[in-house]
Amino acid sequence: MKSHFGYVHSAFSAVLVISFLLLTSCNNQAPNRGGGAGVLSGDVASQVYVAPGEYDEFYAFMSGGFSGQVTVHGLPSGRLFKTIPVFSVDGEKGYGFNEETKPMLNTSHGFVPWDDSHHPELSQTNGETDGRWLFINGNNTPRIARIDLTTFETVEIIEIPNSGGNHSSPFTTMNTEYVVAGTRFSVPYPQRDVAIDSYAENFKGVLSYIKVGKDGEMEIAFQILLPAFDYDLAHSGKGKSHGWTFFTSYNTEQKNSLLEVAASQNDKDFIAAVNWKKAEEYIKQGKFKEVPAKYAHNVYNEKTHTATSTMMKKVKVLTPADCPGLVYFLPTPKSPHGVDVDPTGEYIVGNGKLSANLTVHSFSKMQKAIENKAFEKEIEGVPVLKFEEVLAGVVEEPGLGPLHTEFDNNGNAYTSFFISSEVVKWKVGTWEVLDRTPTYYSIGHLCVPGGDSQKPQGKYLMALNKITKDRYLPTGPELCHAAQLYDISGDKMKLLLDFPTMGEPHYAQAISADRIVPNIKKFYPLEENEHPYRALGEKETKVVREGNTVHVYMTTIRSHFAPDNIEGVKVGDKVYFHVTNLEQDWDVPHGFAVLGANNAELLIMGGQTETFFWEPKQEGVIPFYCTDFCSALHQEMQGYVRVSPKGSNTPIKWGLGEDEFFQ
Amino acid sequence: MKILHLITASLFAFAFFACQQSAPEANTAANGSAASDAGHKKGQADVQDPSSKKNILQIAIGSKDHTTLVAAVQAAELENVLVNAGPLTVFAPTNEAFAALPDGTVDNLLKPENKKLLARLIKFHAAPGKYTKALLKDGQRLFMASGHYVNVEKKGDDIYVDGGKIIGTVEASNGLVHVVDKVMLLPELKK
Repeated sequence: MKSHFGYVHSAFSAVLVISFLLLTSCNNQAPNRGGGAGVLSGDVASQVYVAPGEYDEFYAFMSGGFSGQVTVHGLPSGRLFKTIPVFSVDGEKGYGFNEETKPMLNTSHGFVPWDDSHHPELSQTNGETDGRWLFINGNNTPRIARIDLTTFETVEIIEIPNSGGNHSSPFTTMNTEYVVAGTRFSVPYPQRDVAIDSYAENFKGVLSYIKVGKDGEMEIAFQILLPAFDYDLAHSGKGKSHGWTFFTSYNTEQKNSLLEVAASQNDKDFIAAVNWKKAEEYIKQGKFKEVPAKYAHNVYNEKTHTATSTMMKKVKVLTPADCPGLVYFLPTPKSPHGVDVDPTGEYIVGNGKLSANLTVHSFSKMQKAIENKAFEKEIEGVPVLKFEEVLAGVVEEPGLGPLHTEFDNNGNAYTSFFISSEVVKWKVGTWEVLDRTPTYYSIGHLCVPGGDSQKPQGKYLMALNKITKDRYLPTGPELCHAAQLYDISGDKMKLLLDFPTMGEPHYAQAISADRIVPNIKKFYPLEENEHPYRALGEKETKVVREGNTVHVYMTTIRSHFAPDNIEGVKVGDKVYFHVTNLEQDWDVPHGFAVLGANNAELLIMGGQTETFFWEPKQEGVIPFYCTDFCSALHQEMQGYVRVSPKGSNTPIKWGLGEDEFFQ
Repeated sequence: MKILHLITASLFAFAFFACQQSAPEANTAANGSAASDAGHKKGQADVQDPSSKKNILQIAIGSKDHTTLVAAVQAAELENVLVNAGPLTVFAPTNEAFAALPDGTVDNLLKPENKKLLARLIKFHAAPGKYTKALLKDGQRLFMASGHYVNVEKKGDDIYVDGGKIIGTVEASNGLVHVVDKVMLLPELKK
């Protein structure tokens, strides 16, 4: 029997225990390890919580890095909506496998099934992201792709000739007049068999300007021949600096081996400032050389649902020595990586990755220095401006290893520091450090919605981290890369969320959803389908043999293929299934797969025609089926192809239900 | 022990409130102008998509001859079924067909207590699959979503399903609508 006191005592302990438990359970809603617990306050989970059925406020387009693709996430939730295949084949969508998209991956080196995608860049109008297109560069086999943001599909890829790695790309101008492509690895110009150690003599660094037409179509307008440095990143001017682009460079030492050491010797490398409006004048005056160049230009046609690849043969080249005022070098300490222009267009931030300080140049001072010919020297026809004459200011000892800077709409800048794993917020103009926050771990790029445009949308900042170590449940030697979301609406940055990303998220751009959602396409109108092998109704379906090639004109609609029984195919034939999805309804793709085919599936959107190539190698009766759970009778959506021996007399015959047809 | 219970209960209540509290505020902060009536959404029938081909429900709603059927579908809360991926073939009796039923039948079916029966009656008018007129054969037994089979008859060019004549056909994104001139009566309603 317990005393009265005993009861009170146990009641009190129970309350303590329960309070503790409840407190813990409340805290459990928020991440509570890996350094997060001390940073996160209680309500952060709700700040990124998007209730079931509700929409995220922003789209985030993340580079898929060495996956070669782009992923689409929502912010603030971090939810993944779609992987857009760009530079790499994708079995899930049949991209690069079906006949229509194979030409998208054609290059001057033939079909290349993979690349390393780096910097997504949204199109802009009047310096503001407009939601029309997303551009992204392929680094390995130099290319730029354009994604249509009404369909979220890659619709164009252009190869960049005379380039050895397309890293400083695509970075648009204010009205998407151009996207750019600076070579990371200088290569012999023209490309040829020379000794590697003849680098300084035979190699060149080429910057390319790709004109973007009113429907987004890309064309290489001109290339500029520069000294053989490594051109790393770029940003075009805006406002007062509209008409210029700034490219960082490293390896101004011009070394070709052990760059880790050899390319870090010079006290300063350069930012190349290119006056592209001047370049346009020189082109008009005919001051270019047209040189042979082989590069692929691949365009997807939404009416024929087919890509074509055209091999281009020439490119216009400008040489600074012949074009005064075209390019200037701005000395910038220690291997600058990112170069970022603030929303006013006045300040050009050189993120010297080995520099102790952050260097900021002034566009007005640069103009004055050019006017006053305040040149230190000239390299291959390019005047080097005097450092002090262009310097606006320095952010003193902000952190270690600055890589990139983005801006908000309140005059603040945010710089990522790889080595010290942090984001540092500083004031543009006073260069004063306002806040710093750790990232987990080793941040590369960072992203504020509209953060490289003239009108940043602010609100959030995403850190794109290269290393995650112990941040997530481990998955063997290979761990996910990750993004971290910060609230930047207050004076202090506040960590809200970690989420994994695909491949390495080199860079990301975000845009408010209202700039994209109203223009989304829900399906392709059948009446606009101009595919040469379309079948716009079941009456148009047929099977046609031409020699040892068999064309199947097939349709899909819930829940059958027409035809679904095919005979007369023989071992060794080349069979093309041209499948038109007759659905005119949102979110009803059909899939198509054939047992044993050395191919991926088709995934056909409503109104679209896609072609599946198959070379049957064995006789038998081969099933095919719909791979996308389309309807209540999806499991019934199947068919058979009879494969007869080579040389047999089985006639071409096809059917659906009771209907049978012969060729 | 009572004290303990009381304290525990109030603590739970308090903590629950404290945990929950932050969610609504944050919703508004995070989502801005995005649709915020998730709780009131009924289902796929609420999807706003004016550009796609019309589904069975949209076709029925758009027909002035099918207001009774639409009212019945709404009373039975079967809207989401008629917009789902399907494929479904719906035999849609006209207002006139409903009016031909004995007096008071429709009113009686629309009563809340008869919701289940009404739902069964509507499912009795829907066949899973897409049965074009060409696929409906004389003497065929057609399986309906209610679990019953009905008879198909062919007289000349005309097709009758459970005695109702098909007087028109509309293709839907998720199946077919055959307009019929008779309400097909569930066996239990024939009594």
